[in-house]
Amino acid sequence: MTAPQTTQPLAGDARRRARQRRRDRAFSVLCSLATAFGLVVLATLVIDVVYDGAHRLSWEFLTSFPSRRPERAGILSALVGSIWLMMTTAVIAFPIGVGTAIYLEEYARPGRLQQLIEVNIANLAGVPSIIYGLLGLQIFVRVLSPLTGGRTVLAGSLTMALLVMPIVIIASREAFKAVPDTLRQGGLALGASRWQVVSRIVLPAALPGVLTGTILALARAVGETAPLIMIGALTYIAFLPEVSLDGLRTPFTVLPIQIFNWVSRPQAGFHVNAAAATLVLLGFLLLMNTAAIILRNRYQGHRES
Amino acid sequence: MHDGTQVTPSASVKLRVRDLTVRYGDKVAVDGVSMDVPERRVTALIGPSGCGKSTFLRCLNRMNDHIRGASVTGRVEIDGLDLYAPDTDPVVLRRRVGMVFQKSNPFPKTIFENVAFGPRVHGVTDKVALREIVERSLQRAALWSEVSDRLDTSALSLSGGQQQRLCIARALAVEPDVLLMDEPASALDPIATTKIEDLIHELKDEYTVVIVTHNMQQAARVSDFTAYFYLGRLVEFDATERLFTKPTHRETEDYITGRFG
Repeated sequence: MTAPQTTQPLAGDARRRARQRRRDRAFSVLCSLATAFGLVVLATLVIDVVYDGAHRLSWEFLTSFPSRRPERAGILSALVGSIWLMMTTAVIAFPIGVGTAIYLEEYARPGRLQQLIEVNIANLAGVPSIIYGLLGLQIFVRVLSPLTGGRTVLAGSLTMALLVMPIVIIASREAFKAVPDTLRQGGLALGASRWQVVSRIVLPAALPGVLTGTILALARAVGETAPLIMIGALTYIAFLPEVSLDGLRTPFTVLPIQIFNWVSRPQAGFHVNAAAATLVLLGFLLLMNTAAIILRNRYQGHRES
Repeated sequence: MHDGTQVTPSASVKLRVRDLTVRYGDKVAVDGVSMDVPERRVTALIGPSGCGKSTFLRCLNRMNDHIRGASVTGRVEIDGLDLYAPDTDPVVLRRRVGMVFQKSNPFPKTIFENVAFGPRVHGVTDKVALREIVERSLQRAALWSEVSDRLDTSALSLSGGQQQRLCIARALAVEPDVLLMDEPASALDPIATTKIEDLIHELKDEYTVVIVTHNMQQAARVSDFTAYFYLGRLVEFDATERLFTKPTHRETEDYITGRFG
């Protein structure tokens, strides 16, 4: 027996509708304002820096060493120092970080030890960067000075590697978790050993995610100043470290420190230089983040197919 | 005692199972099952959800080793060799006993790389040999004609039915004696299912097949012997025709006629 069907019109109550519509619109306006606010602040900062420093950008600026005369000063040593530091940090942090993630995801048995490690890594990701600087100063610069040569690129890279490692580990673990377990089962059922499954199936599948995480971690490292000041990255470097293992054991400077140094000087010319160097740093970061986004999009595409 | 050793199939015995019990913590998933799996025949495992048939299947290639908290007691032999002996290497075992899963799980690699994966991990590096193995396996899985011109494209671009046949080709590439199939066609449409069933029919000439299925008509169509599981116990094991037309046990008859489950 069917229930009697109501003859209520679909139109409903007009006043309720109007109120609902106003509320919806108010909410979307609020969200747009919040977004606009963020964009406006960012745009103001960027435009300000561009206005101050864009005209100073030139090939000569990029390829000159710092100097006491602002018109002659350039960021060559700082730029190369940043690149050199970032690459060495990557070489140290990537294998150890990804290796740790592999151990935690694929091999460790759930239990007290694993939980302890996880909690510690999560904490390390939140430690202020200057603490890493203090650690790096004592251990890498002082205690290990026969190995690192003191206040050098190597000491700086080791410190920065410690700084970014928790991020690499966490991002890599997420990437491994995202690989469906059915793939591991399939590999094992074919007679592959655990290591073969990890190295030939899981790691290749997770690689885009792992790389994205690593690039973002390195992008953070590029902008760090405090720990490197503690390490003793100098502010007047008028030479380039040679591209060799010995070169790792030479003093260095990086872009953020050069900028900081120039901003602290009284001459206006140096402030212009600082703005220009900031633009270079921003460009650098934009490049790295774009690479990470492109990688991540390819990753999503792969998963969807 | 209900067990599957009292039927003497006309074929020789490939896998001998005695008193197999599998526990997940406190829960008993497989309870004292004994069975002889005949060589080069298709044996179907049927029963309602949760009756232990998939767990039982996974014991035959020791995939339960990778499930935390699973404990296995009893004896399983292949050609007289103890699967669970301390010096048995599961990696070597899984070359002889292959598995195809319910939902096809091709690796996110090319079609060629998927099929070549097994031989590669077992040490085959010669490119010519690999190409031969891949072609042969894809032909045996009745997939060659459909993919021979695009071996270097992603396996994920294949249809569901094709992906499952790819997984079968992948399993065949390591040249197993036994092929375990866990509801291989349950995620496929009727046409793809028919292709898989025809394939199983052909594979029987060379391989021993054990197939878990919740589809009784499929079991009746495809298998030579059928085992009915209920709540972890093996209730009845017989030649398929006899089990479906004149089952010995009341429980079997109830399940087959759809009175439950």
